[in-house]
Amino acid sequence: MTAHLLPGVRPYGEDATDVLISEGRLAAIGSDAAAQAPADAHRHDDLAGRVLLPGLVDIHTHLRQPGGESAETVYTGTRAAAVGGYTAVFAMANTTPAQDNAGVVEQVLRLGNQAGWVDVHPVGAVSEGLKGEHLSQMGAMAHSAARVRVFSDDGNCVSDPVLMRRALEYVKSFDGVIAQHSQDPRLTEGSQMHEGRVSAELGLAGWPAVAEESIIARDVLLAGHVGSRLHVCHLSTAGSVEIIRWAKARGINVTAEVTPHHLLLTDELARTYSPRYKVNPPLRTAADVEAVREALADGTIDVVGTDHAPHPRESKDCEWQAGAFGMTGLETALPIIIATMVEPGLMTWRDVARVLSETPARIGRLADQGRPLAVGEPANVTVVDPGVRQVVDPESQWTRSTNTPYVGMELPGQVLATFLHGRPTVLAGRPVERASQETEPKEQA
Amino acid sequence: MKHLLSAKDLSHDEAVMVLDTAEAMAATQRHAVKKLPTLRGKTVVNLFFEDSTRTRLSFEAAAKRLSADVINFSAKGSSVSKGETLKDTAQTIMAMGADAVVVRHSACGAAHLLAHAGWIDVPVLNAGDGTHQHPTQALLDAMTLRRWYAPGGPASGSARAADGAPAPQGRDLEGARVIIVGDVLHSRVARSNVDLLTTLGARVTLVAPPTLLPVGMDDWPCEVSYDFDAAIAAVEPDAVMMLRVQRERMSAAGGGFFPSPEEYSRGYGLGAVRRTAMPEHAIVMHPGPMNRGLEITADAADDPRSRVVEQVGNGVSVRMAALYLLLADEGNQL
Repeated sequence: MTAHLLPGVRPYGEDATDVLISEGRLAAIGSDAAAQAPADAHRHDDLAGRVLLPGLVDIHTHLRQPGGESAETVYTGTRAAAVGGYTAVFAMANTTPAQDNAGVVEQVLRLGNQAGWVDVHPVGAVSEGLKGEHLSQMGAMAHSAARVRVFSDDGNCVSDPVLMRRALEYVKSFDGVIAQHSQDPRLTEGSQMHEGRVSAELGLAGWPAVAEESIIARDVLLAGHVGSRLHVCHLSTAGSVEIIRWAKARGINVTAEVTPHHLLLTDELARTYSPRYKVNPPLRTAADVEAVREALADGTIDVVGTDHAPHPRESKDCEWQAGAFGMTGLETALPIIIATMVEPGLMTWRDVARVLSETPARIGRLADQGRPLAVGEPANVTVVDPGVRQVVDPESQWTRSTNTPYVGMELPGQVLATFLHGRPTVLAGRPVERASQETEPKEQA
Repeated sequence: MKHLLSAKDLSHDEAVMVLDTAEAMAATQRHAVKKLPTLRGKTVVNLFFEDSTRTRLSFEAAAKRLSADVINFSAKGSSVSKGETLKDTAQTIMAMGADAVVVRHSACGAAHLLAHAGWIDVPVLNAGDGTHQHPTQALLDAMTLRRWYAPGGPASGSARAADGAPAPQGRDLEGARVIIVGDVLHSRVARSNVDLLTTLGARVTLVAPPTLLPVGMDDWPCEVSYDFDAAIAAVEPDAVMMLRVQRERMSAAGGGFFPSPEEYSRGYGLGAVRRTAMPEHAIVMHPGPMNRGLEITADAADDPRSRVVEQVGNGVSVRMAALYLLLADEGNQL
C-alpha cells in the first residue's frame, strides 16, 4: 500500500505538523514524519496549512439501496459521503425490502465493501417491515457479518410504548442502541410543515413541536426505566433540547442528534412552496435553530447526523403537498457546521471532530472510526480547507439526487482529501476511483 | 403586480382600484349587450384540479364577457395522482397559447408555484389553493360589503347604496365591523378576507371553536372569539360572514373537530335568534354552497339582508376586473 506524507497539515486546526500515513495507520506525526516516510511515499504538498480531522462518521444516512436506486445507490451515496469528508456511514433501514433481517444487512454491507468509498454499517430495523408491530430479527442482525448495533425504524416512529420498551430491553444483550424517529403519528397526520405562524398563514397542515417532544419525553423515561441506550434522531425543537438536558441530568443514557439543516434553515422557507425545503422533521423557527445550536455547542446534543435523504427529481419538482420529505446532506454537512458553529465561534475544530466523528462512532460501537489523531491509530482522516467558499450547485455534486436545500448558497469550506484505512478516496476535492472498484457512472436523476 | 395569488399581495390602493374597476364592469353588465371587446384575441385557461363549478363558471363568464377565448381544463384530484405533474400540465396548456391561467388546486401554493417556478410565463390568477388563499372571493366579498356599508353606521347619515347600486368610487371599508364564523382552520376564504378586509380598514373578528382555529395566528390582524353570541354583542357587526362546514370534518370519531353537528349548530350556527341580535342594518354573507340547517338556517339564509346571491353576481364583476387589470393592454395596472 502506498504511503502518504501530508506535510504541514493542522490536526484539529491547531499547529501545523507533518503526518505520515502508512499501512493503513497514522505512522508518524511531527517533524520526523518526513524522515520516516519511505522513498516512494506520495507527498501531498497541496494540503499544507489545511485542517486535519478524524474521518467523519454519519450516524444517519439513507443510501436507498435496495429498492430506491433511482434516488441513490450504495455506490453513489458513499461516493458523496467520501467527498463530504466521511469515512463511515450508518445506512438507515428503510429500504425496500427493509433492513430487518441478516440477509438484507449483509447485502448492504457487501455493496458498501464493493464500492469502497467509506465503511458502511447497516442500521437494523426495530420492527419487521418497519410496521411498528413485531420486533425484527435483531439478534440475527447483531450477530451477522454486519454486526449491527444501531436499530431504527427511521422514517417511522416506534410509537407503541410496549414495542419501544421491548426493543430497548432486547438490544442490551449485544450493547445495541435504539435510534428513535420521534414523531407521534396521530399528532402529525397529514402534516406538511412546522405548526406555527407560517403554517397558519400558508394554510399548510401544521406539525406541532409537541409531536416530537412528547415521544422524546416518553422514550427517555422508558430508557431510564429499563437502563438501556437511546439515541434521539434529528432532534429539532427547543423543547426537545430541554427534555434531553433534563434526561442527561438524571443520568439517563441518551444521546441526541441534530441535522445540519436544522442548524441553519427555518420554516420561513416554506413561503417559497418549493418542496426542496420539505423535510421530516420539518424546518422549525429561528428560536429553535438558536436552541439547537447552543445545545450542540454545550454538548446537550451529542452529534450531527446528516439525515441524507435523496429523492429523484420528480419527487421534488411538484407542488409542496405532493413533494417528498427529505434533503441531501452528505456533501454539505461540514460546510454547514463551519458556517453555523465554527465561524461564529460556538465550536472549535476539536468540537467538530467530537460531534461529526468521535461520538457517532462511539454510539455505533465502531472500533476503528472516530479515533484520535495519534500515532498508531487507523488512518481514517479528512483534510478540509476552511478558507474556500463555494456556491452550492446540485449538478456538480456526487450524490445521485439533486434535492439539496442549499442550492445557490455560498458555503465555507471544502474537503480536499479523505483517506479510508490509509487509502485516498478523495484528492483535490474529487473522488479517486480505484482500478479494482466497481464503477458506476454519475447519473443525474 | 403580474399575478393575483393572494389577497395579502394587494395594497390598499390596489384593492380599491380593483373594486372600482369591478363596479365599472358591473355597470356594463346592465347593458343589453354585456360583452366587451377588451380581451379579444386573448386566451384564458381555466386550470381546475379541484371541483368547483361555481368558481369555474364565474371565471368563464368573466373571461367571455371580455371577449377572451376560454379553455377549460378539469382534473379530479391531484395532478400527481393522475400520473402527470402540475409542471407538465402547465406547460401543455402554455403550448396551446394561453395568455393567462386561472388555477384552482387542492394544494396550498400551487398557484404560487405556477407563477414563480419558471414553468410558464403568463399571469396566474389564484382561484383557490387548498386552505391557503382565494383572493377573488375576498374581493367579491369586499365589493358586496362596500355596497352596503355606510361609514359611521346607519345613524351617521352616510349614504348606503340602493339595492344593487355601485359603491362610491374610492371608498374603502374603514370602520366596518365584520364577524367571520366557522371553520377558519381549513378556510381559504377566511384567510383571504382577514387579509383584504383589514387592508381596506375593516375590523375583523373570527369566531370558531378552538379546534377550528389555526395554531400560530396570534399576529393576525384580527380579533378572535370562541363565543358567537358574545361577539355579536361586543362587535355590533355590519356584516356576518358564515363559513361552510365541511361535512367530512363533522365525525366525532377519529379526529372530529367538534362533538356533533347539533352542538356546532347551537354554538356557531346563524339562526333567527342570532339574526335578531345582530344590528338591524347588518348583512349576512356566505361564500356558498350553504349547509342549510348546519351553519345557517333557512330563515337566515333567505333573510332580506342576506347578500348571498349578490355575492355570486359580484364574483363575475370582480373576476372581469382582475382579468382586465392583468391582461388588457390598457389595463396592466396590478
